[in-house]
Amino acid sequence: MKIAVCIKRVPDMDVRFKIAPSGTAVDETGLKFDISDFDGYAVEAALQIKEKLNAGEVVVISLGGDVVQETLRKAMSMGADRAVQLKADGTHVDSFAIASALAAELKDGGYDLIMFGRMSIDTAHGVTGAIVAELLGLPCVNAISKLEFDGRTAKMRRELEGAYELVECALPAVVTIDEGIARPRYPSLKGIMAAKKKPLETKPAQLPAARLSLDALALPPERAAGRIIGEGTAAVPELVRLLKEEAKVL
Amino acid sequence: MSAHVLAFAESRGGDLRRAGLEAVTAARRIADARGGQVHAILFGAAGIGAHAAALGAHGADRVIVVEHAGFTHNNPEAVAATIAAKMSGYGAFVATASATGKDVAPRVAAKLQVPMAADATAFEVKGDAITVTHPGYTGKILQSITLTASPAILSVRAGAYLPVANAKAGEVEAVAPAADPAASRVRVTETAAGNSAKLDLGEAPVIVSGGRGLKEAANFSLVEALAAAFGNAAVGATRAVTDDGWRPHADQIGQTGRLVSPDLYIACGISGAIQHLAGMRTSKTIVAINKDTEAPIFKVADYGVVGDVLEILPVLTEAVKRAKAS
Repeated sequence: MKIAVCIKRVPDMDVRFKIAPSGTAVDETGLKFDISDFDGYAVEAALQIKEKLNAGEVVVISLGGDVVQETLRKAMSMGADRAVQLKADGTHVDSFAIASALAAELKDGGYDLIMFGRMSIDTAHGVTGAIVAELLGLPCVNAISKLEFDGRTAKMRRELEGAYELVECALPAVVTIDEGIARPRYPSLKGIMAAKKKPLETKPAQLPAARLSLDALALPPERAAGRIIGEGTAAVPELVRLLKEEAKVL
Repeated sequence: MSAHVLAFAESRGGDLRRAGLEAVTAARRIADARGGQVHAILFGAAGIGAHAAALGAHGADRVIVVEHAGFTHNNPEAVAATIAAKMSGYGAFVATASATGKDVAPRVAAKLQVPMAADATAFEVKGDAITVTHPGYTGKILQSITLTASPAILSVRAGAYLPVANAKAGEVEAVAPAADPAASRVRVTETAAGNSAKLDLGEAPVIVSGGRGLKEAANFSLVEALAAAFGNAAVGATRAVTDDGWRPHADQIGQTGRLVSPDLYIACGISGAIQHLAGMRTSKTIVAINKDTEAPIFKVADYGVVGDVLEILPVLTEAVKRAKAS
C-alpha cells in the first residue's frame, strides 16, 4: 500500500505566545517546533499499516519554508520512507490554497491512502484534508479514531458528540486522524541515522493566491488570578455559597 | 450577491440537534444584516420534516427538507453534493462546527471552489465581507480572518450562538438529493450512542471532570455522583486518565480532545497541565479541588479548594443536592 501523510510543523504549545510586530504572525523567537499532534498520530498509523502488511511505502509531505525539512526528517526517523517539501515561504492562511498545492502534488502519486491529522494544533481550522479529497475526487472520512482493512475496504470509527459512527470506504481514499488511533513512537537512534540518508525532495509549491485575509492576531483576555477559598471539607459550605450567590451557577 | 443564507440543520437518528438550531441562529445574524432570509436544510429518513416547525420557531424562513432512506445515517457525500447544488441562491452557508458540521462544511466549500472560515467563536458582517474570530494555538491566540469570497462558507463553534426563539414562517420545501445517497462511496454502517442518556460535553452547562488525583478508575463514581447532583452536568476527563483507559477517549478535555466552555467547570484531582487547560480555560466559572497548593489549575480557578478530592467530593455532592432541593 502506498500511503502519503501530509504533516505540518507547529510550535510547542507549552509557552506564552507573543505576537510579532507585523500583528499577523506569532513571534517565533525561542519557540520549539515539532510535528503537529494529530499529524504525528497519522504518521504512526501509516507506519503501523505498512508494518502489518510488510509492504508498501510511506511518503511524508509538508508545505513550507526550508525549516519544514527538519519536521520531514523527524517523520522519516520514525520510519517514513521518503519526503517531499512543497517549498513556500511565509505564512499561509487560506486552507483552500494550501489544499490546492497539496492536491497538485498528490494527484499523480498513485497513493492508495492519503492521511492528514484532523486539524493542525496551531491554526486549528481542520479543513485541509477534506478539501484535498474533493479536489482529487476521492472519498474522505474525517476524524477517525480507528482504522482497519478488509482487503481494499477501510473500516473506520468516527467519534461524534456522545456517539460514534462506523464507516466504510473503498480505497483510494483520504482520511483525517483523531487521537486514540495510535501513540506516535519515539525515533530510535538507528531511525535517526537512517533518516539522514532517506530521500527528501524539494519542489516549489503550486500555491494559488489566498482568497481570505488574516487581518490580525490577538491574545485572549486574561483570566483573573486564581483564588483559593479554603482547605478540605470545611471549605465546602463556602464553595456552595459562592457558586450560588457570586457565580450564580447553582 | 444573494442576501439569503443557508443553514445546516444537523440531525442524528431522526432527531434535530441543538447544533442545527445554533446554525440557524448564527445564519439569522448574517441574513438580518443583509436584509435576506434564512433557509435551513434538513436531511434525514422519511419523517425528518416534522422538525421543520422547530427550525421555523428559531428563525428559519424556509426549511428545505431532503428525505431519503439513504440519510438514516449521516451521508456526507450526498449531503454536501445537495447543499452545493442548492447554493446558487445564497450568499452564505453556515454550519455548527460539531463533528458532523466540521465534516460537511469543507466539502461544500471545495465543491464550490471557495475558501472557508472554520470554527468561528464570533463573527461580524461588514457589507459583502464577513470577519470571523477563530481561536488557534490551543486557544492562546485569536485569529481575525475576513472572508470576501461568495458564497461565504463558515462553521461556528458549538455554543457560540445559542438558539433563541425567533418565529419565522418555516415554510417547507421538499427537495430530492442532488446525488444518489445509495451511491455514496463513504458509507456509515452504524451510528451508535456512546452515552445517549448523558449530556454531551459540548452542550452541558456544567462539567465535572476528573484527573489522576482520583487515584483509580473506580473513584470516577464520585465524579459521576457530583454530576448527577447537579442534574445538568456532563463528566469529562484529562488525557492522562483517558490514555490509561479509565475513561473513553471521547471524554477527554484538552488540546487534543474536546474544547469546552461551560458555565461551571469543576476540576477534580486535576493538576492543570497546559494540554488540559487548553480545553477548558474559557469556562465561565472554574472550581478546582486538588491537594497540591502549587498545582497550575489553581492559577485559573475562580474557587480553589485544597485537599483530598476523595474526601471532599462526597461532602460537596451532598451540599449540592441540598442546595438544589432548597
